[in-house]
Amino acid sequence: MPRRSLHNVIAAEQVGPYTLLRVERGPMEPGIPGQFFMLAAPGRILPRPMSLCLAQRGELGFLFEPIGRGTRALAALEAGDELCILGPLGNGFRLEVERPLLVGGGIGIAPFPYLSEALRYPPAILGFRTARHAEAGALVPNAEVVVEPTRVTEVLEPGYDVLACGPEPMLEAVKALAPDAQLACEAPMACGYGACYGCVVEVCGEYKRLCMEGPVLAAA
Amino acid sequence: MLLLNASGCLDALAAPELARSLDGFVSKTVTPEARGGNEPVRIAETGHGMLNSIGLQNPGRNRFIAEVLPQLRELGLPLWISVGGFAAHEYAETCAQLADVTIELNLSCPNVDEAPESAAEIVAACRAATPLRLFAKLSPALPDIAEVARAVDAAGGDGLSLVNTIRGLELDERTLRPRLARAVGGYSGPALKPIALAAVYACFRATDLPIIGMGGIWNGRDALEFIAAGASAVALGTVLFADPDAPDRIRREVDETAGLLGLEDPLQARGVAHEPRPAAMAPNLTTTKVPAFLAN
Repeated sequence: MPRRSLHNVIAAEQVGPYTLLRVERGPMEPGIPGQFFMLAAPGRILPRPMSLCLAQRGELGFLFEPIGRGTRALAALEAGDELCILGPLGNGFRLEVERPLLVGGGIGIAPFPYLSEALRYPPAILGFRTARHAEAGALVPNAEVVVEPTRVTEVLEPGYDVLACGPEPMLEAVKALAPDAQLACEAPMACGYGACYGCVVEVCGEYKRLCMEGPVLAAA
Repeated sequence: MLLLNASGCLDALAAPELARSLDGFVSKTVTPEARGGNEPVRIAETGHGMLNSIGLQNPGRNRFIAEVLPQLRELGLPLWISVGGFAAHEYAETCAQLADVTIELNLSCPNVDEAPESAAEIVAACRAATPLRLFAKLSPALPDIAEVARAVDAAGGDGLSLVNTIRGLELDERTLRPRLARAVGGYSGPALKPIALAAVYACFRATDLPIIGMGGIWNGRDALEFIAAGASAVALGTVLFADPDAPDRIRREVDETAGLLGLEDPLQARGVAHEPRPAAMAPNLTTTKVPAFLAN
């Protein structure tokens, strides 16, 4: 299991309604795209699971929407503050795919900048609630951005190896069109390393820990 | 000072190094039949703690004994098996099938229906079924926990694990609906500490049974307070979720904190909360008792 480590905050930048939190990487491994990290939100009891958004040289970048107590505390961090991080954790995307297509919705695009880089900038379809949310689409190269009421599934064409991340209804709709898609899921998590059994999702009729089996699951 | 994990707060097979940083591993509760656990959402952070509604997810005693227990033994740690059930005979049947472990009887899960028998009746049934050491894990919600502790002692229990979580509810700030799928869950974390300390304090006065203190321990100071209230060992729960390095840190901190109070060993503080307030700041430690089971 990876160790926790302290990281200096470089900046917490606004990207539309989202926050891109950039920290110094230090010796921490960025892991495989789709893996996640537990970020110790200041003043909160439990850390928050976040997939890695950007792995620029010497940095780790996390994209999130500050809508709860933990994410608001993380968004309030300033340059020079310290942040405790555990990771990388879980299973990331399988990168051996022939015709990758990234399909993301809302904050589900968070792992895509790093994933896009690892896959040498494949096409992407990104869906957002509003034009302001869609500003985050600029983080993903080669992306077609749609805004509600248009949905990503309306422009999704067959013949691709789909790697998807987004809200559950979107993942269900993507699965219906691309049964072999890799789906990055989300669940409330206390520990991130298999201890709490809080983050279970139903896999083949059994509750499995998303932090151990996922967060990237095969659609089948 | 013996340092354990609280049951259900660590999977030693998923995090073996973390388990080895403890003095013993306490398993997740094992029930006679496999249990899939409760529907998610299962956890929610609150202002000063967290709620869980896991619902005793476990593979059932047969698979646990055949598949999980042999792997746990390979860790080379003293094992504590948390045993659950929905009737006294179910607890006893599981106890009878275990060997070379300490048993913790989970008499207090807030997320499932309780057995109809009293804690003492369940302990008595298990006492008749096994010579293994039996610790009773009690709920802080008992109206008179000291009375139950005396009954556990009289029924042949060897120790007390104090405390389990207490029922709590958290509402979503935007919808004003429960955040957990089953609405109510077990409340743990720092908010539980004063409640747990009060239970340890009461049971120390009521019996001579060794006590494993747990409930919101976040640092060495917290651990030392449990010792002072009467615990002879402590267990870590919610803090492990937030900080997997907590065992080493808390061990270091408890020694430092005890040292600042002039104690060579944190266990010298056992029970001092029950002595008269000292005239000077250093506590009078001449009457503290260290239970024999700690020598193991």
